[in-house]
Amino acid sequence: MDAILQQFFNIEIMAKSMPLVLKGLGMTLLICAVVIPLGALGGLAAALASVSGNRFLRRGAIAFVDLFRAIPPLVLLIFIYAGLPFAGMRISPFAAVTLGFFLNNSAYFAEIFRAGLLSVPKGQAEAARSTGLTRAQTLIWVTLPQAVRNVLPDLLSNMVEIVKLTSLASVVSLGEILHAAGLVRSLTYNASPLVLAAGIYLLLLWPLIRLISHFERRIAS
Amino acid sequence: MDLFLDQFVNPEVLAKYAPLILKGAGVTVVLSLLIVLAGIGFGALLACLRAYRLRLVSFLIVVFADVFRALPPLVLILLVFFGLPNIGVVLSSFTVLFIVLTLVLAAFAEEIVWAGITSIPKGQWEAARSTGLGFTQALFYVVLPQAVRMVIPPLTNRAIAITKMTALGMVIGVPDILGQATTAQSFSANASPLTLAAVAYVLLFLPFVIASRWLEARFARPGS
Repeated sequence: MDAILQQFFNIEIMAKSMPLVLKGLGMTLLICAVVIPLGALGGLAAALASVSGNRFLRRGAIAFVDLFRAIPPLVLLIFIYAGLPFAGMRISPFAAVTLGFFLNNSAYFAEIFRAGLLSVPKGQAEAARSTGLTRAQTLIWVTLPQAVRNVLPDLLSNMVEIVKLTSLASVVSLGEILHAAGLVRSLTYNASPLVLAAGIYLLLLWPLIRLISHFERRIAS
Repeated sequence: MDLFLDQFVNPEVLAKYAPLILKGAGVTVVLSLLIVLAGIGFGALLACLRAYRLRLVSFLIVVFADVFRALPPLVLILLVFFGLPNIGVVLSSFTVLFIVLTLVLAAFAEEIVWAGITSIPKGQWEAARSTGLGFTQALFYVVLPQAVRMVIPPLTNRAIAITKMTALGMVIGVPDILGQATTAQSFSANASPLTLAAVAYVLLFLPFVIASRWLEARFARPGS
């Protein structure tokens, strides 16, 4: 029991690693702030293409989504970070993470937005157009708000997945939470910094997970 | 263009490392199958236990599901892989990856199957009980089969997402597809093994992604 406390819940080591891990938290939040809006926009574009009237656009969008749902994000990230320099392109860890996560997140957001768009009855758009709204206005003011409301729990849970995904950035040495905690662990040979990192992720994500469960129950009933 | 081909689809390098990547693919497939079987099995078992509505048991199950849904798998993998040896428990990297991803999948599967169980109308329970079935019989013969049918699409999506995470094993040295590819890439100083790895993952997972699209169109989602 003492060994477990000593090795996993060592307050002294946690306190020492705190400044670095908090700096990592800042980086994690920065990655999220860049990657979530980018992925949502890319996903929305792909979703609109996948329900459009143009056959090539539709197939292209679905191929894009399926391809990037089949490739593990870490494989994509390493391909970009370790592969591109072979083509003569140097890329910073942050740029590699942004590009890799953009492709991955867009695919997942696209599937969610697509389900949302398909869930809005056609009559809604037709009625909006008949009142004189343009197609763009119909989308922004009528279809999209209903689509988003219908898939809100899925959108939220995808955001939780993205926050968790940022931990992969540690593999390309971007100093986010896990990278900071891993660094202190390798210096102290003690797992407490990782427990601290886990605690921060829990504090960050547990409220969101409760909120999602709440939404899902409300929709089910 | 020539430089690009030479660096990313170099025939010599591809031929040399293809057997290694293939071996890695074997590890990825075995690991994925084990994780899907154990994870969904354990998750469904927890969801059934929760159906008995014993307060303490349900509470513990919810805590388990919440924690394993909130923590990034890579954090758990590093925690188990580097932490346990310090208290005298040494597990292979393969075992660590299996245990962590099984628990993560179980947490999601529990929530999904539980949502399925709660979405079954009360009348089904009552009808089953009134024919003389016990609670356990009603659960396993009447409610669970309907619940599982309903949650096949989200369960498939989640299983694909989590088996893809076997690639995280590369960080602790599991010789799966990505592990073999990054080793080969550093030996050959050429990016072709990474191309091969990406292709291997697409070949492995694309059929399942397409199948999940088909399943989703065929089964209605609960709650929509």
